[in-house]
Amino acid sequence: MQELGLLGQVAVYLAAAVITVPISKRLGLGSVLGYLAAGVAIGPWALGLIAEARDILHFAEFGVVLLLFLIGLELNPNRLWAMRRAIFGLGGAQVALSTLLLYVLFRELGMEWRWALVGAMGVALSSTAIALQTLTERNLLSTPAGRSGFAVLLFQDIAVIPMLMVIPLLGGGGGETVDAWVRVAKILAAIGLVVVGGRFLVLPLLRLIAQSGVREIFTASALLLVIVIGLMMEAFDLSMALGAFLTGVLLAESEYRHALESDIEPFKGLLLGLFFIAVGMSLDFGVLLGQPLQVLQLLGALLLAKALVLWLLAWIHRIPLRQHLLFVCLLAQGGEFAFVLFAAGVDSGVLDGEWRDLLIGAVVLSMALTPLLLFAVGRWFDPLLTGRDRRPMDTITEPEQPVIIVGFGRFGQIVGRLLHANGIDTTILDHDPQHIDLIRRFGFKVFYGDGNRLDLLEAAGAARAKLLVLAIDDQAETVRIAGLVRERFPQLRILARAWDARHVLELREAGVDLVERETFEGALRLGETALRQLGLTAWRANQAAHQFRRHDVDLVELQFRHFHEEIEVRGRISADAREQLREQMQIDVETFAVHRDSAWDPDEAGARSDAEGGERGGS
Amino acid sequence: MTQRPDILVLFAHLAIGHSKINRAMLAALDDLPRVRLHDLLETYPDFYIDVEHEQAMLREVDLVVFQHPVYWYGLPAIMKHWLDCVFTQGFAFGSGGVALRGKALLQACSTGAQADAYRPGGIHHYPMDQLLLPMRAVARFCGMRYLEPLVVHGGHRLPEADIADHAARYRRILADYRHDTDDAVASGGG
Repeated sequence: MQELGLLGQVAVYLAAAVITVPISKRLGLGSVLGYLAAGVAIGPWALGLIAEARDILHFAEFGVVLLLFLIGLELNPNRLWAMRRAIFGLGGAQVALSTLLLYVLFRELGMEWRWALVGAMGVALSSTAIALQTLTERNLLSTPAGRSGFAVLLFQDIAVIPMLMVIPLLGGGGGETVDAWVRVAKILAAIGLVVVGGRFLVLPLLRLIAQSGVREIFTASALLLVIVIGLMMEAFDLSMALGAFLTGVLLAESEYRHALESDIEPFKGLLLGLFFIAVGMSLDFGVLLGQPLQVLQLLGALLLAKALVLWLLAWIHRIPLRQHLLFVCLLAQGGEFAFVLFAAGVDSGVLDGEWRDLLIGAVVLSMALTPLLLFAVGRWFDPLLTGRDRRPMDTITEPEQPVIIVGFGRFGQIVGRLLHANGIDTTILDHDPQHIDLIRRFGFKVFYGDGNRLDLLEAAGAARAKLLVLAIDDQAETVRIAGLVRERFPQLRILARAWDARHVLELREAGVDLVERETFEGALRLGETALRQLGLTAWRANQAAHQFRRHDVDLVELQFRHFHEEIEVRGRISADAREQLREQMQIDVETFAVHRDSAWDPDEAGARSDAEGGERGGS
Repeated sequence: MTQRPDILVLFAHLAIGHSKINRAMLAALDDLPRVRLHDLLETYPDFYIDVEHEQAMLREVDLVVFQHPVYWYGLPAIMKHWLDCVFTQGFAFGSGGVALRGKALLQACSTGAQADAYRPGGIHHYPMDQLLLPMRAVARFCGMRYLEPLVVHGGHRLPEADIADHAARYRRILADYRHDTDDAVASGGG
């Protein structure tokens, strides 16, 4: 089957995923298990369509890097700083205690002390990919268990660095101690580089690219950014994922946050899927079937030790009782770091090749078990997981802005300022980079983006927002976005800026019923001022403007009722509308002739006013 | 004469062009420097009252005049709305609400019907005194002295001479007004 070309392989991966993932989702098992099943199906032990899993696995690990970049984008430095205790306290305790307990158990199972140590370290780390994918897929990242789980995963990403440094030392190469200091220096240098570069290099570059206005180049540069950072971190012997995460955090407060999110998201999704497929493919049934007892022993030790530690930590850390099981199942599995650490261990001669295979078998099995465990927990213990009981979701700590404004030019600014002045936070999307800079300086939360893309709106929180204000000046675009949003985010109320009456009709047709003509109120107001300048009392002018407004709105309403008809009919109705306006104005003239005369010029009104009875009994 | 106004005349009429009597009354005040005229509908045609501004104006004067046609036995809507917005707790009444205490309140109103309409058997049945009770109560509650109201009936049928007389009388009352603090405090409620 090696003759499959690149496209052929891609077709196999995609086909497998397309078939198994929807089934798995439908069964309530989540997407991860579907991908794993797809991997098993096309892997060497079932259909054998793809023989070599290891290269794919390494490539697909980039999906985890992208995932952490996206997570970083959601966390600004302040929020990260606020999590420091959870990261180092909870995370540190998890890694240390799990490693210790696993070491003891592995020794019991007959490993040599160095093998047991490497094995314990590798298995103590959980699968960021599975845990985070689960958390985001089920919207649990802001629950206490989700937040604590994330903190632990973050610490594991950091912990893998010293672990990788220790493994060669176990081999007995004493001359490496000098090297260690060099490494620490390199780590600090790399982190410094990311922080400084992110501030002073990446942002200006993104601005420059955004100004070029070529969409796919912005996407390319986003992807390039993450890859370059990843490679750089790798060159410094650091975790690619950690570097990507740091970069994400640094860009979390930039105006490109949402644009980056929506650009990277599809790549992350696909690569992560590929990663899970590769994990499924690397499930070595040869080992599993050859020594099933040992694998199951290791699996049992792994799950038991980690679950015990996690349970203890959940209890100490005061995670709500009903979320303990979630926290445990989320992190009890072994993860992708195990593959890396075991490889390093075998290379340094501190891990036996046969044990490596057994351990990897146990890790992969534990990863495959996780979705099943979570499903079971959700099914029988915690309805939170299946979404049947949505009530606890109210505790989301990260409130989305209730209003999204698309287009922050002359029109959107007034809407935004009014809301802002009344303490309502808005997410603003605008596509002019220079414009954004200016507005941001005044403390508005403005993001770069066109607003015509659903994924961008999604990233801006369209699924949870209450109102969408469409304030861009492109008529056709407004109608298009309105139609898309109506279909995709039916809960989102659309308020649209219209160019003229005609545009109002088109928007109404697209299902938007809250529409304002951009010039109407201003013109009406100026007309009112004109009437006052000509001598009408302020009250009379005000009422005249109100009357005209109501009349005109009725007219548009009438036109809308006929809008479905053919063009000629519409033309006729338009003409009718003009005719009606003339009639209406004629009626106005006749009805209010007496009042108006007197109101125009008080000096000439005297003669007639005697004839007027005291309306309302007054005079 | 660089006198600071000590009388605030609040005015509201939906169609001033129709009311000769009110126009004449306003015109009569034109050259009185102590009078500050405030046409409520002209200033607030959209009914959005600048409360702080209004309260500041009130603090500066001794006498507040409500000049208005009687609409449905009461104030024009804008004038009532102004009252609702401006005579607030903490300003006009309640704890610390002493801003109006000791000031005087004069109602200068016009009716379409003749005087005999406002008595039992007339078309409006109730005497003017009773119909003006609400503002008298407002004054009492805010510690203001309620002056003898100036009422003109059937303004649109009055001969020119009577209109002129009434306007002149109105002018004289305001021009000659002498604020008597002791008396005001004595009758103050709150």
